[in-house]
Amino acid sequence: MAGGIVSQVSKSGSSDVSPAKPSLWYNPEIRGYVAQAVVAIVLAYLFYEAFHNARDNMLAHHMPTNFNFWNNIAGFDISQTLIYFNASTSTFGRAFFVGLLNTLLVAGLGIVFATILGFIVGIARLSSNWVVAKLALVYVELFRNVPLLLQLLFWYNAVLRPLPSPRQSLALPGGAFLNNRGLILPNPIFSANAIWLWLALALGIAVAYFYRRFARRRQAVTGEPGQVLLVSIAALVGFPVLGYFILGEPMHLTFPVLRGFNFVGGLQVYPEFISLLLGLTIYTATFIAEIVRGGITAVSKGQREAASALGFSHSQSLRLIVVPQAMRVIIPPLTNQFLNLTKNSTLAVAIAYPELAQVFMGTVLNQTGAAVQIVFVTMGVYLAISLITAMIMNVYNKRVALAER
Amino acid sequence: MKKIIASAIALATVSVAALPATAATTLDTVKSRGVLVCGTNPGLAGFAMPDDKGNYTGLDVDVCRAIASAIFNDPTKVKFIPLNAKDRFTALQSGEVDVLARNTTWTQSRQSELGLMFTNVNYYDGQGFMVRKKLGVASALKLDGASICVQQGTTTELNLTDFFRKNNIKYSPVTFQDADQTVKAYDSGRCDAFTTDASGLAAERVKLVNPSEHIILPEIISKEPLGPAVRKGDDQWFDIVQWTGFAMLDAEEAGVTQANVDAMLKSDDPGIKRLLGTEGKFGQTMGLTNDWAYRIIKNVGNYGESFERNVGEGSPLKLARGLNQLWTKGGIQYAPPVR
Repeated sequence: MAGGIVSQVSKSGSSDVSPAKPSLWYNPEIRGYVAQAVVAIVLAYLFYEAFHNARDNMLAHHMPTNFNFWNNIAGFDISQTLIYFNASTSTFGRAFFVGLLNTLLVAGLGIVFATILGFIVGIARLSSNWVVAKLALVYVELFRNVPLLLQLLFWYNAVLRPLPSPRQSLALPGGAFLNNRGLILPNPIFSANAIWLWLALALGIAVAYFYRRFARRRQAVTGEPGQVLLVSIAALVGFPVLGYFILGEPMHLTFPVLRGFNFVGGLQVYPEFISLLLGLTIYTATFIAEIVRGGITAVSKGQREAASALGFSHSQSLRLIVVPQAMRVIIPPLTNQFLNLTKNSTLAVAIAYPELAQVFMGTVLNQTGAAVQIVFVTMGVYLAISLITAMIMNVYNKRVALAER
Repeated sequence: MKKIIASAIALATVSVAALPATAATTLDTVKSRGVLVCGTNPGLAGFAMPDDKGNYTGLDVDVCRAIASAIFNDPTKVKFIPLNAKDRFTALQSGEVDVLARNTTWTQSRQSELGLMFTNVNYYDGQGFMVRKKLGVASALKLDGASICVQQGTTTELNLTDFFRKNNIKYSPVTFQDADQTVKAYDSGRCDAFTTDASGLAAERVKLVNPSEHIILPEIISKEPLGPAVRKGDDQWFDIVQWTGFAMLDAEEAGVTQANVDAMLKSDDPGIKRLLGTEGKFGQTMGLTNDWAYRIIKNVGNYGESFERNVGEGSPLKLARGLNQLWTKGGIQYAPPVR
């Protein structure tokens, strides 16, 4: 566009140059460089002006222009934190990390649940069972077409709010309670030597991994399939349970009890978090379901027929033939959905879940007045999260992509 | 995401639109625009609330109407911009509004760090708590372990933390972006208690499903001097907003009311003569006409009238004058003289 303007200007400007003499203007390569340089200079100047104009205006309005607030004491409380946060000793900087971790928590769990639900529904849409396929269709069409913000407000105001008050809580099996303050679960308390439990779990994972590798190699050589699933479960459950008893029960559960206004001693999952996670999962899963359905239908029918001719069972052909090929089609649009989910988590500002936008662009911005800095930092953080997610997905995409030889 | 866009727009406004604003004075800008732009609460009974015809009324609204009267002799030449607690300072800093009259607490950091100047106090308030009667709680000190609904970006949020920390009581805050959501969450039982300024509690209680089921606890845990604020750096504009407030107080003290202000023009009392502009050139020194205070009282009334009409006995809130009574009658509302 800019190149076009430059070339037009140069044409009218160079009309007095005699046409017989070849001018530098008519050298397309040099012309290209000139046009690019002009655009680059104009752009750089615009950024420079915008930066200085903003800075001068901020100074003129006595607005803070630095990041000194970062180390000031916050002085406000946050209800849900993954790291220690104390209003009287923690800084605004720490409040930023509290918000960031809350964002990552809800986005991470949302991505996992939405992927699982999306795959199930996507496959269900292709089911030969009429009821299952239509149920999946109704689910997708219903939740895909209602704005996410409305869904969040629905879960928060219409589903979780009308639950009974703490004194009339619904008792759930296993010592958990559900009320309008959220879901209160038994809280696992680890003693000092609980680290061995985690090591036992790690050992279980390692055993499962190496057995799977071993079984695959053996199958490639002898054709004899191993019991991968059975052995994996045994290792993953067996080692920690064994460790638990050998170490003399290093972990116990404290059960919530009603004291005063609320439950104490339990692990409280707040309704704000539940509704945000529910909303994000259910909404994004509809798109993932469609992507999965599209991916599976993209695998040519001959592949499945060939699998069944070779004696694969239905589930084997789905697991070993169809899904791996469908993944190539699924991964790129799936990445988009992961990014959308993370960005949509900012809608939490409507339902009081203290994630990054709510805490940092809300309370911190208001208490410090450093609007410009805070908006830039927040935008940078979401950009970084998105780029990192996309990078990870690209690496995975390379692994499942068609190997071209 | 919506907030990010809004803030980005605010940012763009700061970087692009603010430069002309520093060149011309705020008064010139307001005059050439023909209307005062006033940042106000989206809906707080008694302070700023649109009626069924969309006309804003309230104690804070009267501040803006009085300023418009002083400049244009017309209290309707005000454009109200409803602002969230969280966005209000950015709106003032960026020049989106000329004055912020939005039950805003005057604090040191807001003045020194945010580049704002508070002109005067139009309501002396303090933070309180509201709970359900059936909880059987008689004191805020008994709120151990309670969930408390609070609005984000307020001094309330900070006082709450201070109070519970000082008394070594545990609580769990649930912070909402706007006042309405906060009250609804409390009303639906998400929280055991709701906290805001005492005047706000009285105003919000009227809106609850069953107002009689709730009580306001006796503790007042903070000082909340609420008043209008302007941007730093325009002293003339600061003077106009400040003296608009003072003129309303001086008028009440001198017994000048909306009803008798025309008769008072013939008064021999030198104080009243200076106030109403029949003597001296006090309005001109601020870039206004000399009858600036007459216009305010004629159009809006004195402070006492505004108080009674909006939050006092003449309103559903029925708040007592208390600290907001004139200094001559046992309160602390005190204005310097016009002379």
